[in-house]
Amino acid sequence: MNDFFRLESLVMQFGGLTAVKDFSLSIEPGELVGLIGPNGAGKTTVFNMITGFLTPTSGRVLWQGEDITGLSVHQITARGIARTFQNIRLFSDMTVLENVMVSFHHKVRSRFWKAMLGLPSHGKEERRIRQESYRFLQELNLGHLADEKAGNLAYGQQRRLEIARALATYPKLLLLDEPAAGMNPQETMELADLVLEIRQKHALTIFLIEHDMKFVMGLCERIKVLDYGISIAEGTPEEIQSNPDVIKAYLGEPKHA
Amino acid sequence: MTWKGKDMDTSKRNLYCNLAALCLLAVVLYLFDQYGTEYQIRILNNMAVFITLAVSYNLVNGMCGLLHLGPNAFITIGAYTSALLTMSPMEKQMSFIIEPLIWPFSVLQAPFFVSLIAGGVMATIFAFIISFPVFRVRGDYLAIVTLGFGEVIRVLCNALQGVTNGPLGLKGLQPYTNLWWSWGIAVFTIIVITKLVNSSYGRAMKAIREDEIAAKAMGVDPFRHLMLAFLVSAFFCGVAGGLMAHLITTISPTLFTFFLTFNLLIIIVVGGLGSTTGAVIGAALFAWGGEALRVVESPMNFGAFTIPGIPGMRMVLFSVILMVVIIFARRGIMGRNEFSWNWLFTKLGLNAK
Ligand SMILES: Nc1ncnc2c1ncn2[C@@H]1O[C@H](COP(=O)(O)OP(=O)(O)OP(=O)(O)O)[C@@H](O)[C@H]1O
Ligand SMILES: [Mg+2]
Repeated sequence: MNDFFRLESLVMQFGGLTAVKDFSLSIEPGELVGLIGPNGAGKTTVFNMITGFLTPTSGRVLWQGEDITGLSVHQITARGIARTFQNIRLFSDMTVLENVMVSFHHKVRSRFWKAMLGLPSHGKEERRIRQESYRFLQELNLGHLADEKAGNLAYGQQRRLEIARALATYPKLLLLDEPAAGMNPQETMELADLVLEIRQKHALTIFLIEHDMKFVMGLCERIKVLDYGISIAEGTPEEIQSNPDVIKAYLGEPKHA
Repeated sequence: MTWKGKDMDTSKRNLYCNLAALCLLAVVLYLFDQYGTEYQIRILNNMAVFITLAVSYNLVNGMCGLLHLGPNAFITIGAYTSALLTMSPMEKQMSFIIEPLIWPFSVLQAPFFVSLIAGGVMATIFAFIISFPVFRVRGDYLAIVTLGFGEVIRVLCNALQGVTNGPLGLKGLQPYTNLWWSWGIAVFTIIVITKLVNSSYGRAMKAIREDEIAAKAMGVDPFRHLMLAFLVSAFFCGVAGGLMAHLITTISPTLFTFFLTFNLLIIIVVGGLGSTTGAVIGAALFAWGGEALRVVESPMNFGAFTIPGIPGMRMVLFSVILMVVIIFARRGIMGRNEFSWNWLFTKLGLNAK
């Protein structure tokens, strides 16, 4: 048991449907953990419970010794948990740079009336935000697109911008919901390197959902498997690959060699 | 790459350009003030009041992407508050013949400027109270709640005779609103709201407009920021209401119906939702056009036959203009673009690079 991040018997019911049942998981600082499972298994629902988009029917989310279950989304972000979305959600009509700058807002210190009166303290903070945001863009190879509208980016670039935006909230735990979805093999490989790189550089703990098995198995140190809302396995990539329950969940029938 | 060097030069140039533009405006206003006809001055005053209204209304509808249909409520509150404060206790006693004016309004009197601020503050207080039910919902529901609030205020204006003098309204206000007041406040509103929109707070508002779910996930609290926009908007609507009252010098509940909101909506949609420049252009066109198009409501003589004046014809024309703009320029005159000196200098070929 650790005090860093712990999910205790999370349950999520939608009417009669139990999307997630008795989900428990504990993650150590610096770990890279994967969450896999067939479509509709409840993976995104787990993320939504962690980030406050859904309040679990029962169970608790513990973060750095605090029970954050039921806090609102922005409060949880402010405590150092950031996420990306499975179906990309950028601020399409804003520039790439502005997309990242939004993430700094929750830490802005000058009050709104200082901004309205154009006081220098706000201008100074604004310039700092602009520069730091630009650094995040450079880190994700988006620097040359800073003034482009986010909606005009290519798909892979949009996925990277989502990551840049999440990083700019300065999280300790980063949740990635299918970051490789829609990417070609080349892009997926680059993404894997990028994930390792940002983890190193920002001292991140990463929890990710992904369907691309090669990506997950190559990257994650530990994997959790969900099927119909029930966690059926947890272990290293090798253990998961040889686990009969997992094979059954994915292929329907046990595989005969 | 550094942003600094370039930023410093352009911001200095922009500052000078802004000051020059303000001086030019002051000269123009001075000339009209001295030599303009009463008719021209009225149009200019109207223009300024509508610019103030449109720019602040656009903060909620354009920048935050909400369909707020109750600005007329805040204009009403501002107008009545301001009017009740500038009237002398004596005048008030004489006006309120059906039911006496309640204390403390019956004895209070304040200078014009103080009354305008009080109008803005009162509107903000009401906005604060209704923001709790309003921001529980979004979309069409929010439109209906705010629309309902506008109606409630109008009905209350008719019913609460001890405060508003009911349908009789308030008459004989001093015509304090002159070009300096109306344009001074319009310019102040534009500056302050532009600064807000371009700040981190404005970015948060736009992020909520673009994708509220993503905005929350990036740490933005939608309630706080929508409320901020709503209250700032209500404040300036209230102030503009005070200006309006002392421009027309007679106010009654019929002045502030949903019709006023509808006009503002046309202005910001035609100008370009989400563009302060667009709101200014829309308001200016509306105020000027509203007067210029009066001819279509007067009887017309085409030699062989005469058309009798059709009251309301202007509104028909406005609606047609709205439809044409929406069909041919779906995002209005400006879209979401803003005027900038940089853009102007590039157009004029004066920009290096
Ligand atoms: N807000 C909601 N209301 C009702 N049902 C929901 C809601 N969110 C998710 N569900 C249901 O819960 C189940 C799990 O959905 P979830 O999105 O978590 O699956 P997933 O594992 O992320 O699948 P995918 O791989 O397709 O993304 C699905 O049956 C889904 O329809
Ligand atoms: Mg999912």
